[in-house]
Amino acid sequence: MEPFVFFIFSILTLGGALGVVTTKNLYYAALFLIMSFSGMAGYFVLLDAGFLAAVQIVVYVGAIAVLILFAIMLSRKVMTRNEPLLNRQWGLGLATAAIFFFVMLAVPLNVKWPLSNEVSSGNELVQLGLAFLGSYVIPFEVVSILLLVALIGAIILARDTSDVEVE
Amino acid sequence: MEALIHWLADLLAKWSWWPFAPAPSATVVVWLVYAAITAFVIAPLAMIVLTWLERKILARIQDRIGPNRAGPFGVFQALADAIKMLTKEDITPSGVDRIAYNIAPAMAAVAAIAVFAVLPVAPGIIGTDLNIGVFYIVAIGAYGILAVLMAGWSSNNKYALLGAFRAVAQLVSYEVPMVLALITVTLVAGSMSTADIVAGQGSGWYFIAIPLTFFIFFVSNMAEVNRSPFDLLEAESELVAGFHVEYSAFKYALIMIGEYVHMLAAASFSAVFFLGGWRGPFIDWAVQTSPLLAVVMGHVYFLIKVGFMIFVLIWIRGTLPRFRIDHLLDFSWKFLTPLALLNLLVVAFVLKLFQPGTSAGIDIPAGPLSGLYLGGWGQTLGLLLGSILVVLVASAVVKAFAHRSKDAGLRAIAAAE
Amino acid sequence: MTIPLSWWLISATALFSIGLYGVLSNKNAIAILMGLELMLNAVNINLVAFGRHITPLEVTGQIFAIFVIAIAAAEAAVALAIIIAVYRQRTSINVEQLDSMRF
Repeated sequence: MEPFVFFIFSILTLGGALGVVTTKNLYYAALFLIMSFSGMAGYFVLLDAGFLAAVQIVVYVGAIAVLILFAIMLSRKVMTRNEPLLNRQWGLGLATAAIFFFVMLAVPLNVKWPLSNEVSSGNELVQLGLAFLGSYVIPFEVVSILLLVALIGAIILARDTSDVEVE
Repeated sequence: MEALIHWLADLLAKWSWWPFAPAPSATVVVWLVYAAITAFVIAPLAMIVLTWLERKILARIQDRIGPNRAGPFGVFQALADAIKMLTKEDITPSGVDRIAYNIAPAMAAVAAIAVFAVLPVAPGIIGTDLNIGVFYIVAIGAYGILAVLMAGWSSNNKYALLGAFRAVAQLVSYEVPMVLALITVTLVAGSMSTADIVAGQGSGWYFIAIPLTFFIFFVSNMAEVNRSPFDLLEAESELVAGFHVEYSAFKYALIMIGEYVHMLAAASFSAVFFLGGWRGPFIDWAVQTSPLLAVVMGHVYFLIKVGFMIFVLIWIRGTLPRFRIDHLLDFSWKFLTPLALLNLLVVAFVLKLFQPGTSAGIDIPAGPLSGLYLGGWGQTLGLLLGSILVVLVASAVVKAFAHRSKDAGLRAIAAAE
Repeated sequence: MTIPLSWWLISATALFSIGLYGVLSNKNAIAILMGLELMLNAVNINLVAFGRHITPLEVTGQIFAIFVIAIAAAEAAVALAIIIAVYRQRTSINVEQLDSMRF
């Protein structure tokens, strides 16, 4: 059962990712990206990380993908111009990515990891909560400040300053 | 639900010709049947009943009779409409982006239906009791936003695109206060599981303890399901019909199913989070004596509450005029969101005061007023006082600002003259 | 049957490589950003898979994945804001034409 489900999610994830880099239409690329993100949420469910799966969908599908779609629609003259999306060195890029893939493939195939057969206790939500407000409280707070800074920075950057009335 | 799975597993174990392992296949079968009933029976039924109810109640509010030709009180009117809708020609306009155009309505309907997986209808009757149930509802909502955006863009129509932009701005804005309200509920219940939230309302519904949170949740939910006065994305007078102008026949029916099922979900989850879900008189006694009786009673209580919430939604639609788009966004960002944040702070503070020592099996220091917990009633009273405090502060602030902006407006007029 | 760790790692490696190709060979800024997001997600899969298979009693892998997601969200917001600002200035988001800083 589980390998079958893994296979379906793999098709979603990897197929979506391939779609993102091969399609000529940016709008389709964004939709493929969403498909890929949804497959990854499925991965997280299979990995007993239900909370993370929900985070994945809320943040990636609900926020980042929608932002990307908005950016594509706001710059849609680029889409209709119909010029190739790839640059001149795409062959080199493909070769690099392929070499990287086959070199890195050696790692999972050869290394023996110190695997553990214990089954997680199932209360990972409680553990996450305790960790975020316990041993990881400082990174947690720093990330929240980072998000605030990014929020304000993005508003200032994207604001159209040409027709703002000066009070 | 679990009893049903056990019963089916026993039955399957007796059937020698059944090729799969009994326990997992019983679970899968029960889940599939539950999902199929929700998707193929409840969803179309909800649309038909809700459209009829809406037309009838709106007509009464506007001093009309409403549909009264087909069947007694016009009950078959909606059915006739549904048949008409399905037999119409399915038009795909020539300029549309075919793939996205065809996926979007299905996605809208699926996103609306999928939330019912975590809806506790009666004691033990719940699709799946996720420990992140509340969060799951929020996550599925993301696909609803996406469907609107896909439909609007792929229709290749300026009204559709404008409607989609408005819709996404509205949905994203109102998601913030809604999530803050849900966090408040989660804090009070101490769990994100919807079944636990209903179980936690044994001593007082959350509507009594945190009425302000209910208000925030209800208003932002109204905006999420595009009900009047927040139905800007289809504002007929401005945008024709918003993101779904180009849709016809079955795809239009799917979008409408999505919309009405979303409304049903909003009403159901308002009932689950704040009105005690399936709780009602004698239900605790019924759970102990006869599970079957408890299931029946739970359904009845739950349907009464959901029906009431739907009536309120329609009532509001019949009473209030539509917002203007900038007012709508201002209302979310400048009023509801700060209010929800303040409310969350106060609720967290009150809960800390009444903290009873242990939580989720972990020892934590008890709050100074933990002696007044009184089986939940002391805490309920404290939360209610906190809500009243927040309302007083908020109304004082709004009053001050309203006066100031009014003064500024008057001065501007005086200066112009 | 649970999925062996190596399956997750191979899947994540493939995802990372696809993202890498997208970053290296696109000239549209938004497409490059999408490739970046794929690479970040591949890392997340690895973190969670290692956490699940090597220390299943702790949630460290998930915690780091959540931090990565939060930072990716911040990065995407700022990057898209920059892209919109650039588009407004030059009506192009082709990274090959954004060379006014070049000496």
